[in-house]
Amino acid sequence: MTGKKQLMIEPSWCKGCGICVAFCPREALELMNGKVHLKDADSCVLCGMCEMRCPDYAIYLKNAEE
Amino acid sequence: MPSDLIHEYMRIDHLPHIWCAGCGNGTIMRDVAVALDELITDPEFALTRDQVVIVSGIGCSSRAAGYMDFNSIHTTHGRAIAFATGIKLANPRLEVIVLTGDGDASAIGGNHLIHAARRNIGLTVICFDNLIYGMTGGQYSPVTPHGDKATTAPYGNVDRPFDVAKLAEGAGASYTARGDIYHVRETIDIIKQGIKHKGFSLIDVYSTCPTYYGRKNKKGEAVDMLKWQKENLIPVSKYYTLSEQAKEGKLVIGPLHHSNYPEYSAEYAKIIEACKEAKKGK
Amino acid sequence: MAKAVLMQGNEAVVEGAIAAGMRFFAGYPITPSTEIAEQCALRLPQEGGTFIQMEDEISSMAAVLGASAAGVKSMTATSGPGFSLKQENIGYGAMAEIPCVIVDVQRSGPSTGLPTSPSQADYMQARWGTHGDHPVIALSPSSVAETYTLIIRAFNLSEKYRTPVIFLMDEIVGHLREGVTLPRANDLVINQRKSSFKDGANKFAYFVPEGEYVPAMKPFGKGERYNITGLVHDRSGFPTNNSQEAATLCTRLMEKIDKNADDIIRVEEYQMDDADTAIICFGGTTRSAKHAVNEARAAGKKVGLFRPITVWPFPEKQLAKWLGQVKKLLVVEHNYGQMLLEVQRCAAGQAEIDFLGRINGTVITPADIAEKL
Repeated sequence: MTGKKQLMIEPSWCKGCGICVAFCPREALELMNGKVHLKDADSCVLCGMCEMRCPDYAIYLKNAEE
Repeated sequence: MPSDLIHEYMRIDHLPHIWCAGCGNGTIMRDVAVALDELITDPEFALTRDQVVIVSGIGCSSRAAGYMDFNSIHTTHGRAIAFATGIKLANPRLEVIVLTGDGDASAIGGNHLIHAARRNIGLTVICFDNLIYGMTGGQYSPVTPHGDKATTAPYGNVDRPFDVAKLAEGAGASYTARGDIYHVRETIDIIKQGIKHKGFSLIDVYSTCPTYYGRKNKKGEAVDMLKWQKENLIPVSKYYTLSEQAKEGKLVIGPLHHSNYPEYSAEYAKIIEACKEAKKGK
Repeated sequence: MAKAVLMQGNEAVVEGAIAAGMRFFAGYPITPSTEIAEQCALRLPQEGGTFIQMEDEISSMAAVLGASAAGVKSMTATSGPGFSLKQENIGYGAMAEIPCVIVDVQRSGPSTGLPTSPSQADYMQARWGTHGDHPVIALSPSSVAETYTLIIRAFNLSEKYRTPVIFLMDEIVGHLREGVTLPRANDLVINQRKSSFKDGANKFAYFVPEGEYVPAMKPFGKGERYNITGLVHDRSGFPTNNSQEAATLCTRLMEKIDKNADDIIRVEEYQMDDADTAIICFGGTTRSAKHAVNEARAAGKKVGLFRPITVWPFPEKQLAKWLGQVKKLLVVEHNYGQMLLEVQRCAAGQAEIDFLGRINGTVITPADIAEKL
């Protein structure tokens, strides 16, 4: 798939471990009220590192809708 | 809604899973799903979803079987490999994957681990190795490092630990590898290789247990434990380029051992075939 | 009529099991059951089946459950010490409803006991050996010929009720050699596992239609992708802590045996029609008991024999039928009084109950029984 992607967050599945925040190469994420939050959408390069390391499947890339 | 991958290969009605915040088990379970997805969609390997059977024992790790949307069986403590042996021999066409933990596989199930390895039966055993018994609340396991603390080792662990991958290799496993939860792609790749390998495969994946092991041993939060993995677990391609001094305190991850010793169910099939021929000859 | 063959009890287990469709055996050597494993090693590959000698008794039981879940009729064989070791996984089989047959060729205990000497002291272990509460089907043969037909019945009940069945033999029958005329294959009734219900109910692995007790079972690899667990589960096969679901499951497990007791229970009634005294025994002990009955009859005494072939569930209704006519019950078994407890439970106050038991490695003889009569 080469189409445009978008970052998705499922807050109800996030346990707030902070792994995605710590290992985001662009420091685009933060924890807010114990849940992951996209702090800076512009710096996110949709690399998917957060999805790979999220133990709770709460953050992931999705093909953008048409 | 979760990602397409999770939606496809997990029983999402049963998610989110029961594991603690920062527990690496969810990451390993996802690695297994990615590995299976890549094999199922690889026309050359021709693996069908129905062929896959996920077998687990008891413990934190073993809850994974119930989450993964394949044929699945959550068995008794330590006995997953023995159940899996029966499944494989009853239908060798099945791709039998055992999800187990360090206590399940190397303590109560240690005998089954070494004998399945010795027979070289075609199972892929993935050990969620978190250095402790999590489900029962933080007791030391056979891989807990010497001197570390656990609820049953309040003065420090007197035992010497097993290296589960080396144990399996010593017992005859024809494929062994080590992964972790920081090096995700490398870990997915060894899981794929383990499944593709015809004989017995043991993949020891270092998980994290921040709740018990981390807290008891002042290893910090899950993030700190992953940072430790990043700095100290070195992919095999890089590890052997390091100087002896740089290797100090570091562990290698990736494929560790591989041989082509004949697989058990294929060898037994030859006996069945020979008996059939002998019958015809009569 | 097929020709008569000389056969050992342990050998009859294997030939009967193969006739029933058993194609997987996992076991561990233990006297006096070892011939069963040896014979399976020889015979199964000839039938396209698989034998494996596992690393221990526990893994043998586990492999049998795994093979059955993959759709193959499976069996293991052991003796007392090994039977103890298998118990946790037997309970798993009961909970997850995985058909299989466990042969226990009993020997003297406790512990390593008197290997190869006769005993019937695992009677209660067969019923209560595993933790938790669930019913058990156990059958016990008293001759080589009966071993052949009864092991087929063990498989049939196991498949029909989706439960492990204990085949409770003793050293007397296991090592006995006698001439038997085997039934022709065409005359055998062989149950196959019910693999689907009508009405599209297959989406629940443990779905049971109204008025039935046993869910259908599809093997792994046939497209259902269901889950099996030893945890309390709902009809979908997934763990639940819901107390109502727990009660539904545990009650159904009890009722599927209890409500079908008449179908499961078989007894032998020998010279009972006018008996005022009945010997109650099972398995190999029956041979001495029958001899004693014949001698007593020759001496003009009205002695009969009541033998549970299905030893669990205990045939209480079948025994109750004789209470009133029969004034005295003599329970004879190679232990210190195990089936005796069941007889007392069912017949206390309605007949005099006497007991002859022994554990010293020797067989209870007809003369021993005659003395008690």
